Amino acid sequence: MTTITRKPENPTAHLTEADIEQIGIELDAIRQDVIDSRGEKDAAYIRRIVDVQRKLELGSRAVLLGSALPPLWVLGTVGLSVAKILENMEIGHNVMHGQWDWMRDPKIHSTTWEWDNASTAEGWKHSHNQVHHTYTNIVGKDNDLGYGIMRVDEDQRWVPFYLAQPMWNFINACFFEYGIAAYDLELGKNLRVPKEKRSEEFKANLSKTLKKIRKQATKDYVVHPLVALPLGGAVGALTANFVANVVRNVWSHSVIMCGHFPEGVETFEKKSIPDDETRGQWYVRQMLGSANISGGKVTHLMTGNLSHQIEHHLFPDLPSNRYAEVAPKVQALFEKYDLNYHQAPLPQQVYSAWHKVVRLSLPNDWLATTTPKNLPSQLKTLWAMSTKGPKVRRAAQARLTQLARRQAAERAEVSAAA
Amino acid sequence: MEDMTTLPLPAPRQRGAGRLLRQRARSLAQAAVTPLDLDDLLDHFHPLRRGAELSGRVVEVRPETAASATLVVKPGRDWAGHVPGQYVRVGVDVDGVRLWRTYSLTHGPRPDGCISITVKAIDGGVVSGHLVRCTRPGTMLRLAQAAGDFVLPDPLPGKLLLVTAGSGITPVIGMLRNLFSRAEVPATDIVLIHSALSQAEVIFADEIRSYADRGLLRLVELHTDTHGLLDVDSLDELVPDLAERPTYACGPAGLLDALEAHHEAHGLVLHTERFRPVVLAAPGEGGTVTFASGTTVEADGATPILDAAEDAGVLMPSGCRMGICMGCVLPMKEGAVRDLRNGALTVAVPGETDPAGVPIQTCVSAPAGACSVDHS
Repeated sequence: MTTITRKPENPTAHLTEADIEQIGIELDAIRQDVIDSRGEKDAAYIRRIVDVQRKLELGSRAVLLGSALPPLWVLGTVGLSVAKILENMEIGHNVMHGQWDWMRDPKIHSTTWEWDNASTAEGWKHSHNQVHHTYTNIVGKDNDLGYGIMRVDEDQRWVPFYLAQPMWNFINACFFEYGIAAYDLELGKNLRVPKEKRSEEFKANLSKTLKKIRKQATKDYVVHPLVALPLGGAVGALTANFVANVVRNVWSHSVIMCGHFPEGVETFEKKSIPDDETRGQWYVRQMLGSANISGGKVTHLMTGNLSHQIEHHLFPDLPSNRYAEVAPKVQALFEKYDLNYHQAPLPQQVYSAWHKVVRLSLPNDWLATTTPKNLPSQLKTLWAMSTKGPKVRRAAQARLTQLARRQAAERAEVSAAA
Repeated sequence: MEDMTTLPLPAPRQRGAGRLLRQRARSLAQAAVTPLDLDDLLDHFHPLRRGAELSGRVVEVRPETAASATLVVKPGRDWAGHVPGQYVRVGVDVDGVRLWRTYSLTHGPRPDGCISITVKAIDGGVVSGHLVRCTRPGTMLRLAQAAGDFVLPDPLPGKLLLVTAGSGITPVIGMLRNLFSRAEVPATDIVLIHSALSQAEVIFADEIRSYADRGLLRLVELHTDTHGLLDVDSLDELVPDLAERPTYACGPAGLLDALEAHHEAHGLVLHTERFRPVVLAAPGEGGTVTFASGTTVEADGATPILDAAEDAGVLMPSGCRMGICMGCVLPMKEGAVRDLRNGALTVAVPGETDPAGVPIQTCVSAPAGACSVDHS
């Protein structure tokens, strides 16, 4: 991946200014259609989902009282995992986006909702709704790109530290909710500030987050095991909660990686975004900076309809149950303006995203130029780049780039000959 | 018989230990469901229980006239009761959107513990039309506790004049039902002047006529299509002993204004109940935004409140400034704003809409007339 303006062929080069504004007008019309027709059925949908989720969670926890019996442990853990996923994805994420604020029901409202996650609703709404959705995929402004700890772009200089990034990414996936909480607090940046100089705002947010983590952990790892104790289900309840949290974390991490990270999703340079970016320009950035997951109704529900990531980024405040009907219209618009509607099944998108994590953990062009035949020499180069100074790294990088060019030229020759 | 008529005996005072145990159990349950509130969860099973946010279930919808209906509602256990003549704020989901309106309670306390409101569908009335035509038994309504001081004095005066027009009969019918259902009907001499558009439009027609037939009151029934509007200057012709009767009146603003002028001029006692109209600015006109701190900001109909307020130095919460992040949402206590994206109006009326204010996105909303925002 390279930011869109540095690519040899900018995928938006064929669009005139008038095209871009027209795209904005057409997307506004699609949005308005949904707003004009949302009503009782949509309200009934979200209330039903909330009702089902709460009863599923309650039921699963009841089953886990008997988790001393292995089949009940499995049943309860599966139910609890599904309930936690629904709560975070289809309900929490979307309610906090304000998708249901139009109902004016204070019980299902972005300003009052709190979710089953280490991150506080307040902190998450700031970093997610304001920063990520406004500055989507702008390198350096949108921290969702790698959550500030990963190399997400060839243009980021490679250092040996990045070799560990597949591992970081895996650990981040398992404990994703804490990753999000740390990210919402801008923990890395703030902890580098000496203790006495940290802002009051940060200190207050940190204490709120710690308090929330304590409450959530107490619920999952103390209260419920304690309740199950008389039936001998304490350990079962404890492990079930742990497993359900990890399942939910890995799942949401995967879905979110699929949204912006698969190969082919565009990123943008900070300086290429005009200060007075128009609605049309903003729309086009959202169109190219997101990827969809294709699948059936269950996939859409369990991903919180983030399987319609493109539609979600275009219309973050439309009710999630309506993205499916909007998607064909949006896709037709992509085709009309000859833009790439990035869509693939979940396993493919997850693979693509992980492939990119691995590729970028290595020096530029290393993975692409490595063949079984040259593996020993490539490993030697990598070893040198990882253990020696920047000078060696620069020289080795130059050789890798040269090698990549040569291989490309050879391939071109072969195909020309054929 | 429960709740309203025979109040339950106060529970035997709980021993300290018992209460402590209950508190402990509740805080354990709360810890088991965080970040949800225990009540949010219980609402899924028993929304009318004690301790729940007040709501009610419609148990009967009875048509009164072609355009009006009475809704009998079973209120939650925390319903504190009411005095006839008072009103209740009702939150109704119309097409998925929670809208609040105020209606007079049309019964005194009932033996079955239910309350009732009688709604007349007004032209273009979103909520009234929905309540009269689309509401079925089983529908849940949000409720606030009864309020209002349009109630008869205790003890009752010897003579009384009730003046009502149209749906203005609704608080008064509650008073009458309460009086006449008593084992011993009070000896008060009551005159009821009721004006309706036509004979067919008289809500509770049979009931008030039967009160008159039974000699419980003297009824003067006027129909605008044949008698014209009630002329307050001829009131003493209809009621010769007008000066001896405290007047209770409910109806359209025109009638109440005329009555107020008349009674003031003659030094007579008058109690009124009004339904407040919303005055909107013409589209694009803008208006004044008043903040809780007292700051006022002038904005035209094309400028977001957020921009205007910030230009005036108000410290505003803000986010994406394009209507997607909800970071700028503030409660509007009164007035109207227009969504700059689609022209949609959002209106807040004290006493009708949510008392905490109607949330508005200040970054994409321009004032549509004067409005006040709860933010310092």
